[in-house]
Amino acid sequence: MNRIDNSSRRGFLRQVFGTGALVLGARILPTRALAALESAVFSPNVFVGVKADGTVLIVAHRSEMGTSSRTMVPLILADEMEADWKRVKIEQAIGDEKYGDQNTDGSHSVRSFFGVMQECGASARQMLEQAAANQWNVPVSQCKATLHQVVHTSSGKKLGYGELAAAAAKLPVPDKSKLVFKKKSEYRYIGKEIPIYDLADITHGKAVFGMDAKVDGMVYASIEHPPVLGGKVLSFDDKEALQVRGVSRAVEIPAFKPPHGFQPLGGVAVIADNTWAAFQGRKKLKINWDPGSNASYTSSEYKKQLQATARKPGTVVRNVGDVDKGFAAAAKTLEADYYVPHLAHAPMEPEVAVADFRDGKCTLWAPTQNPQAVQDTVAAALGIDKKNVICNVTLLGGGFGRKSKPDYCAEAAILSKQLGKPVKVVWTREDDIHFDYYHSVAALYMKAGVDQKGKPVAWLQRSVFPSINSTFAEGVKLGSAGELGMGFTDTPYDLPNLRAENGEAINHVRIGWLRSVANIYHAFAVCSFADELASAAGRDSKDYLLELIGPPRLVDLKAQGVDYPNMGPIEQYPVDTGRLRKVIELVAEKSGWGKRKLPKGHALGIAAHRSFLSYIATVVEVAVSPAGKISIPRVDMAVDAGMIVNPDRVRSQFEGAAVFGASLALMGEITATAGKIDQSNFNNYPVVRMNEAPLETRVYIVETDAPPAGVGEPGVPPFAPALCNAIFKVTGKRIRELPIGRQKLV
Amino acid sequence: MITLKINGAQRQFDGDPEMPLLWYLRDVAGLTGSKFGCGVGLCGACTVHQDGVAIRSCVTPVRGTVGKEITTIEGLGSSLNGGDHPLQKAWAALNVPQCGYCQVGQIMQAASLLKTKPKPTDKDIDDGMSGNICRCGTYQRIRAAIHMAAKEKA
Repeated sequence: MNRIDNSSRRGFLRQVFGTGALVLGARILPTRALAALESAVFSPNVFVGVKADGTVLIVAHRSEMGTSSRTMVPLILADEMEADWKRVKIEQAIGDEKYGDQNTDGSHSVRSFFGVMQECGASARQMLEQAAANQWNVPVSQCKATLHQVVHTSSGKKLGYGELAAAAAKLPVPDKSKLVFKKKSEYRYIGKEIPIYDLADITHGKAVFGMDAKVDGMVYASIEHPPVLGGKVLSFDDKEALQVRGVSRAVEIPAFKPPHGFQPLGGVAVIADNTWAAFQGRKKLKINWDPGSNASYTSSEYKKQLQATARKPGTVVRNVGDVDKGFAAAAKTLEADYYVPHLAHAPMEPEVAVADFRDGKCTLWAPTQNPQAVQDTVAAALGIDKKNVICNVTLLGGGFGRKSKPDYCAEAAILSKQLGKPVKVVWTREDDIHFDYYHSVAALYMKAGVDQKGKPVAWLQRSVFPSINSTFAEGVKLGSAGELGMGFTDTPYDLPNLRAENGEAINHVRIGWLRSVANIYHAFAVCSFADELASAAGRDSKDYLLELIGPPRLVDLKAQGVDYPNMGPIEQYPVDTGRLRKVIELVAEKSGWGKRKLPKGHALGIAAHRSFLSYIATVVEVAVSPAGKISIPRVDMAVDAGMIVNPDRVRSQFEGAAVFGASLALMGEITATAGKIDQSNFNNYPVVRMNEAPLETRVYIVETDAPPAGVGEPGVPPFAPALCNAIFKVTGKRIRELPIGRQKLV
Repeated sequence: MITLKINGAQRQFDGDPEMPLLWYLRDVAGLTGSKFGCGVGLCGACTVHQDGVAIRSCVTPVRGTVGKEITTIEGLGSSLNGGDHPLQKAWAALNVPQCGYCQVGQIMQAASLLKTKPKPTDKDIDDGMSGNICRCGTYQRIRAAIHMAAKEKA
């Protein structure tokens, strides 16, 4: 794969791409230039091209759902290439494995592609320099690429990138070992606050989201899904539906074959010449359902089962010392049960996709986090090869993990094939809430034995939740190492005796990853319980937390026998309690912890959590009115996410994480009765509004040369425990179940 | 056949007069700046102006807008109207959007707010903007951008 072959263009591409792509697990290397780059005369790899007029085309292969990946990943390439950002045009990639991983999920766009983008940028820059050197007949060492042109350093002669493109295209792509990278001090854009590429389009309503995709001859579809997971259509009557003006027909979509994976749920689609008519027609359908086996699922009963399981021994997933001996020797024991319900993603743009099946090929336009999963899912649904599935990626009106699951795309594809014309499937908000891949419900049990001073000498924690793996396999009962590694098996406290156990749970709804995933419930329990111990010991929460974490060190989970995937190579991204301590100290200082004068009814709470390889400490100021009404005047967050591409976009992600965290902590709850989800829209699945959101969130970024880590997700987990710890300080009431809105505070 | 006036132009529509304005704008008129978020007036993504006042186009039948001036984002800060609205400038200056989907509705709502409250307090902004949801959580910057635009206008 890495064999250097200078005799063919394909060889050059292999050479430049081999390393980066292999690291990322890509299997296939490009055999031809991407369509988006076909107007380029010089295209040394699949991510960049230069047109004759000097325009630099950079391919964004990650999806844009608000995290700025579509801008910031190409920006790394542009910087390294010495391209003038004003003359860069971003082309959104279709789904294609030649780009490596495109699943915009897991907070890793920058982390995984920083190096790849630098390599692609450096090789393009060096080829342009070589082309200039050849033209001037001077040593390449005298040719320096500077802001879209190459300058001959001794004579001051200049040639623009457009002028050099044709000559550069004839040169061999330099070997990776020959690439010379810019120094950090030479960065032009990295570390600066460059606005997102689509900013003006967004503020003028010109940005194209999935909801805005339109192709000629397109019809609109709205689908009545089985109300219970695994339900089936027995029969349906569409007579009244067809009376609705604009409705042309109704089409049954078959139920999935377990495991459901990303397959459509099945149901009946109403086809019309506009969206509203499809919605209206659908209301007139009469469907006779077989509800299926999950009709016995009622979340209030299920909750009791999970809690009972958490009170019993489970599968040991981490063991340090001897917990039972530790408890026997403890001066005192404390225990607590925590519970977090199912949550829905509720992105502002409901699920939507356009598909056009013709001549054995299916072309889609979709707001998807994972266009390669769209290829796989649509190919399986239509029985065609995935190379015949062309997935165009629009902007996403929010994703939060929902749009990495392309069931809605497969629906559009199935309907287009059946109808022989392009189809746009539009989900309503009710569809979105009823048919999510929910964030997992979880019950946790925590127990600590403490010494005379209140320091834990034994720590037992149990986590019980239906696993995301149940989406992909039947009969899954235990959590995956990945889920357990999100704040549970990697608890960073300095404990002589620690045992972590996982209990069994079966899913009755579709379970999927949601922004920060299992970290939400694990951080809630672990960070809340730490605060419970601090107050039981009569200690300051921050001081106690630092002692609990212990001295700066690298926690070697592998040596403790833990199956810990981490989210990146452990050598590069160790579990470093020094970095965790540092963000706690920073946020304490910046928030005025222990010093700030607060009005009556206000208090601060603190929590710190490592996730997605980043270290976050959060201080929440809460105000509780005499009537028990909560407001959040201020949030302080200290962030060590390694090297940062754009401080402003990092701050915005953490500002957003505070709001997302406030939504799930204050009001997020999905329940079910007889297998049907009880919530339906923003009236009964509320999310935080302007008047409920934290009034001010201040974000402090640790300056570091550590490798880039996650940004989009890690701000969420510490928020709920920090808020609940603050509420305890005001009210004396411990919140052990979310959402807080369910509890009486006074 | 009914006649609508959208962004200063007359448009004829012979479809179902019960169709919400949002779907007329998006599917029929091709003005896709206004967004579908909830369909029941709970999120504000579909906000447009009717005679200068913010309304939820997802629950406003087209028949109800006859004889009224409808303004959408496409008509708010256009070259016809002398360039960007001060809110659009403030939105860009403060890098408000994340995903961007709700932002058109937020801007239209804020533009309506500034007409009645040219110098809004934080409380005015809470009252005026709490019908508009942003799931990405850009509220802090929306508030700052409204204050900035108010300052520029004054």
